[in-house]
Amino acid sequence: MKKTILALASVAALAGPVQAQTYPARPVTMVVPFAAGGPTDIVARIVAEHMSKTLGQQIVVENVAGAGGTTGITRAAQSKNDGYTIMMGHMGTHGAAPALYANLKYDPTKDFEPVGMAAGTPILIVAKKAFPANNLKEMIAYLKANPDKVNQAHAGIGAVSHMTCVLFNSQVGIKPTAVPYSGTGPALNDLVSGQVDYMCDQIVNLVTQIKAGSIRAYAIASAERSPALPDVPTTKEAGMPEYEVTAWNAIFAPKGTPKEIVTALSSALDKALDDAPTKARLLELGGVLPSAKERGGEWLGAFVVKEVARWTPVLQASK
Amino acid sequence: MEAFLGNLSLGFGVALTLNNIFLCFIGCMVGTLIGVLPGVGPIATIAMLLPITFGFDPTGALIMLAGIYYGAQYGGSTTAILVNIPGEATSVVTVLDGHQMAKQGRAGVALGMAAIGSFFAGTVATLLIAALGQPLTKLAQLFGPAEYFSLMIMGLVFAVVLARGSILKAICMILMGLLLATVGTDLETGQERLTLGIQDLSDGVDFAVLAMGIFGFAEIVRNLENPETRDVVRAAIGRLWPGKDDFRQSYFPILRGTIVGAVLGILPGNGAVLGPFASYTIEKKIAKDARRFGRGAIEGVAGPEAANNAGAQTAFIPLLTLGIPPNAVMALMVGAMTIHGIIPGPQVMTKNPELFWGMIASMWLGNLMLLVINLPLIGLWVKLLQVPYRLMFPAIMIFCCIGIYSINNSTSDVLFTAFFGLVGYSLLKLGFEPAPMLLGFVLGKLMEEKLRQALILSRGSFATFVERPVSGVLLGVAVIMLLIALVPSVRKGRDVVFTE
Repeated sequence: MKKTILALASVAALAGPVQAQTYPARPVTMVVPFAAGGPTDIVARIVAEHMSKTLGQQIVVENVAGAGGTTGITRAAQSKNDGYTIMMGHMGTHGAAPALYANLKYDPTKDFEPVGMAAGTPILIVAKKAFPANNLKEMIAYLKANPDKVNQAHAGIGAVSHMTCVLFNSQVGIKPTAVPYSGTGPALNDLVSGQVDYMCDQIVNLVTQIKAGSIRAYAIASAERSPALPDVPTTKEAGMPEYEVTAWNAIFAPKGTPKEIVTALSSALDKALDDAPTKARLLELGGVLPSAKERGGEWLGAFVVKEVARWTPVLQASK
Repeated sequence: MEAFLGNLSLGFGVALTLNNIFLCFIGCMVGTLIGVLPGVGPIATIAMLLPITFGFDPTGALIMLAGIYYGAQYGGSTTAILVNIPGEATSVVTVLDGHQMAKQGRAGVALGMAAIGSFFAGTVATLLIAALGQPLTKLAQLFGPAEYFSLMIMGLVFAVVLARGSILKAICMILMGLLLATVGTDLETGQERLTLGIQDLSDGVDFAVLAMGIFGFAEIVRNLENPETRDVVRAAIGRLWPGKDDFRQSYFPILRGTIVGAVLGILPGNGAVLGPFASYTIEKKIAKDARRFGRGAIEGVAGPEAANNAGAQTAFIPLLTLGIPPNAVMALMVGAMTIHGIIPGPQVMTKNPELFWGMIASMWLGNLMLLVINLPLIGLWVKLLQVPYRLMFPAIMIFCCIGIYSINNSTSDVLFTAFFGLVGYSLLKLGFEPAPMLLGFVLGKLMEEKLRQALILSRGSFATFVERPVSGVLLGVAVIMLLIALVPSVRKGRDVVFTE
């Protein structure tokens, strides 16, 4: 009996430190707060695939969609902080959510251990094929001259296409008629057929239509042109440098996750982003990858604070 | 024509390599087995199985995914027929007569006819995509919010006009379905509506949750009330294979179903949902003895199943030719393609012709595989009905719960299903038919969205619905249908769309 207790005690004594050293000892769940197949899900799956190789354990993507991604993030934030549940946060869940959801059960700036930025997809300003403007300046002039006539489509309150266009409209200084859709697909369908005039959305959703010439792209809201659409000028080139938006995706762990585990995840993420085939797949989507100084948890933590501060006044003013 | 044949032979050259045949087979097989779980429709199945395709080259992966899609779709029909649970909106209609056939010991015939009807529709739809995919996208472009709203109105009027029994009760159920569809976050303002402060309702009620509660759980409770009748049902198994008469009765329904389903499948939004309902309505309207419907008429399985599969297939057209996913399943397919480095759209056809035509050829191959896999399985499925009910109902319950949970990894969904089970049981007791409610629910979300979009675009003018020609014609048809219902002599011959 005594022996057993001793054995148990020694096992218990070992368990703590050993757990951290051998992390991960079993598969890690990555909560993606959007439906499978969406832009965030795709980034998560591509990154998770390579991170699994580095960590020696499978990272299992679990899609928990709902309420603009806040359902999944709420659940992940409240799960055990042992490093076996992590999540793919997003511009919406960790930037815009505090302004959009009055009953939000987490604070993006306080309730997480930031792991690192994964990849973002830049925002494009697009319009129907027949839109009477040849460049961004003309487009803005037309919008200002016809505030009652123009219709702007978006994929529902809290969607990337909604909040990025709210920002665009507020910077331009217009309040167009907004037409809500239940997703990017139906919104795009009506943009192609000319029922609505313009919208803002992530490049990955729009590339096909722009290349096929069924819609017009006026500018890309990133620092550099995208290799996927080399002819589309940046907002800076087109004369609207203040509009720079990327729908970013970043990995977070629940608050209190041990530091060495966060570091392990962080370096696995960096390895994935440095891996040539993984990088190529992300770039193919039109994605932008974090530069050297944008890597790691510390930078991400500071970035989230800035994002919340940026979105809150804009979105509250639009209500 | 020559180019068309050349393209098809290129496609079959790709699809018929040993490797791809194998992937297609595995996809269909796994899709069928997972899709047969109650409540696990194509969306959940594809999402679950997406990771296993990561290791393959894009063409192989897409062929496998297409196989999974068809498999899951057909698996849904199997559960509809065997245990009265529609896994997704398009198999609601299959439940009506399919499960009645199963109760009469004709489950094998129903499953067989569903497979054959699906195969025929799949073949026709594949040819349609290959030959006319490009020009057909124009049809989708004709439909703006106003047109879509009018189409939905027509769908609802069909249901009202043709419902037998108490027309008042049918209307009540449709309205209840519409109301249920309004639960959740308002699209335009972001405010929560009718959620009673329950966080899990902020995205509304899931279709699978409602359907499994109202049909599946309620049916189990009803069966438990008088288990004797249930055991009589399973004693009579009958023939496994459709006979000559069954085929004779099904030829034309399958043909009509295919046409209706294929056309509606091309529409954006979720036109394919209307296909089986429209097919059922047509069959019932032209049948000599409409009373057979709802009591195990084989036309009521053959037609809608053909429409279902044709629509499932032609829904690929807007995706492949425009790059715009027309519904949630196709949106998931876009994601799957993107993960494999292919962004769907017109350029796929020119840039990766072997992938494009290979996938089209594999659509047909997938349908063939389904036939090959499912015909031998029918015997097995039917044998399941012989399991004593005291063993079967807990198993169904467990699988239902697993299925619902897996849709969004949410336990509250399971609780909601139990709640709707109680609602469904009360409705049965009060003589309300659940099918009109589901139709109202399915159409309701789209209807509200399209109504508001159309009115926002017209700056509040209702005239937009009649001024736009396509919309005006659709509304006109709806009004004529309604008038027919109001003329007493015609009314006598009113058929039954929704009876159990």
